[in-house]
Amino acid sequence: MGKIRVVVAKLGLDGHDRGARVISRFLRDAGMEVIYTGIRQSPEDVCRVALHEDADLIGVSILSGAHNALVPRLIAELERSALDIPVVVGGIVPDDDIDFLRSKGVRAVFTPGTPVEEIVKTVNAIVEEKRAG
Amino acid sequence: MSREKADNLQKAKEKWRAGVLEPFLKKTGERKQRFYTTGGAPVDTCYFPGDEQDYSACLGFPGAYPFTRGVYPNMYRGRLWTMRQYAGFGDAEQSNKWFHYLLAQGQTGLSIAFDLCTQIGYDSDHEMSAGEVGRVGVAIDSLRDMELLFEGIPLDEVSTSMTINATAAVLLAMVMAVAEKQRVPWEKLRGTVQNDILKEYIARGTYIYPPAPSLRLVTDLITFCSRNLPEWNTISISGYHIREAGSTASQEVGFTIADGIAYVQAALDAGNDVDLLARRLSFFFAAHNDLFEEVAKYRAARRLWAKTMRNRFGVTHPESMMLRFHTQTAGCALSAQQPENNIVRVTVQALAATAGGTQSLHTNSYDEALALPSQQAATIALRTQQILAHESGIANTVDPFGGSYYVEALTDRIEKQAEQYVDKIDKLGGVLMAIERGYIQREIQEASYEYQASIERGERLIVGVNAFCGAQSVKPRLLKVDETVEQRQIERTRAVRAERNQAEAEGSLERLEHAARSDGNLMLPILDAVRAYCTIGEISDVLRKVFGEYRDRRI
Repeated sequence: MGKIRVVVAKLGLDGHDRGARVISRFLRDAGMEVIYTGIRQSPEDVCRVALHEDADLIGVSILSGAHNALVPRLIAELERSALDIPVVVGGIVPDDDIDFLRSKGVRAVFTPGTPVEEIVKTVNAIVEEKRAG
Repeated sequence: MSREKADNLQKAKEKWRAGVLEPFLKKTGERKQRFYTTGGAPVDTCYFPGDEQDYSACLGFPGAYPFTRGVYPNMYRGRLWTMRQYAGFGDAEQSNKWFHYLLAQGQTGLSIAFDLCTQIGYDSDHEMSAGEVGRVGVAIDSLRDMELLFEGIPLDEVSTSMTINATAAVLLAMVMAVAEKQRVPWEKLRGTVQNDILKEYIARGTYIYPPAPSLRLVTDLITFCSRNLPEWNTISISGYHIREAGSTASQEVGFTIADGIAYVQAALDAGNDVDLLARRLSFFFAAHNDLFEEVAKYRAARRLWAKTMRNRFGVTHPESMMLRFHTQTAGCALSAQQPENNIVRVTVQALAATAGGTQSLHTNSYDEALALPSQQAATIALRTQQILAHESGIANTVDPFGGSYYVEALTDRIEKQAEQYVDKIDKLGGVLMAIERGYIQREIQEASYEYQASIERGERLIVGVNAFCGAQSVKPRLLKVDETVEQRQIERTRAVRAERNQAEAEGSLERLEHAARSDGNLMLPILDAVRAYCTIGEISDVLRKVFGEYRDRRI
């Protein structure tokens, strides 16, 4: 099994990418390959990058509150492209919205203060499960 | 201090260290091997009178150069800081109601948050706006929205601060147009536009155009206001977002002052008078949790700016050397876990800001790591400031931490480190080059990684996050942005486009394009387009066509 490849994506217009950059670096420290998209990506952009980069998982970072509108669009776009790539979300996401996002297929949601260790463990588990098929 | 006194003190200190401190430490040890400020500066067991510090050179008197102790001689004894809560969400009508509520609660100035579409120059019906309309602030597409936003708010009575950068000229033009309709002369308009595009490339991300034309828009606004809106603060040079992106306290000061230098130089190159210009500059800093370091940071920033204005730019009026600033408590210090703890964090941060002599303050609401503030949470945040102002005694005297051996040592240290950053940026050829090479961004990322790593290693304890996590807390009732806002906003904007005088609108956009291709000041052409009800997207698209768009290649 090769290294886990993660696309970390800033979806929407939000320019706050401290979290995305720090998490990218911690995932690299944990032995993963991380491709960071940079800010202001549309769902279509992120889908394209994930395809190109042969991603095992997409980590979306949103702090603007646009998650309910944008993340389901990303998941629909992945389905349209027949890409079976799990999506996790990090950002300022209220509890009700976490339930909504999970119902749309998001595998995990990380809110501010989540220990990096937990994020790494969750990403590993999701990718292992998928690879085991 | 005389030489003899200093020597005696030094001897006594050594005696204490050897005879009292060290034996004690051998017996009991300390909680940690080393102690650091939040910003990573090592902290000693105890601080003592310095033997090299010259009071009049390093501190001086409040209201006098180098302004370490404050920009006014009596500070809050004369007038309290302005309590200015950053607010705005949904559409203009909703935000207008909220502003009326805040003013009725005793808030003394408005601070307007715009949604990301407005900040990046997209109309609400642009494809990139989907899901973002009215989310992090109010959606403003055209003058019609601005008229609704200020309904019943006389612009000559309330000062207005707007967090707007790439589209600052458009939003200011809208305020000017509303003032015309309210029959308020421009000379009476008081307020601030953030208008700090450099930190957008460094830390915040709401840029549109490449740096050079963006700087032209910044200086066009400054030049125009110096002649027509004398009471308007034309830029708020912001360390806040640099700190929020993860910088240390010294980096926050150093990078902000380096940005300030670039703006002053650009405005001078555009032919502005240095004294007129300097008096309308304002700054914006964060207030993090480390009370002493933050107080020292504001003091160091004031002193370094005063020296910079005097030595680098040769200004002679003391007023032109004053660093006046707004403070916001640190969003990044809030936790989603046990959110009520944030009320206490905000109190400490607000204490730092006011002990540090801020001119205005926004206190965050305790639920902001979860959502936009609810009315209940926002009210507590404002009350926190009122308690500090009227019950804590903080407003009774100037610079209450002045003379604290520790705070003075930290002030010196932060000033020195910030100055080293400014020097380094000078050597790289200025801020634009330093941004282009990614130097500033890298420094910030390194600091933010180190901060997070120290939390992960358990060296830095955050209550409720990596320590004392046991207690279940009550879930706060969160504010929900009405899902119908986006559709309503799109319909309003389409109606504005349909109802306006089309020939007039198109003509104004053509004149704007022509002006952008020449080197004339763009404020009046933008104002004409605004008066003709052109939208922010249409105006920004004209400038996109002429200036191009910036893409961050540093990934």
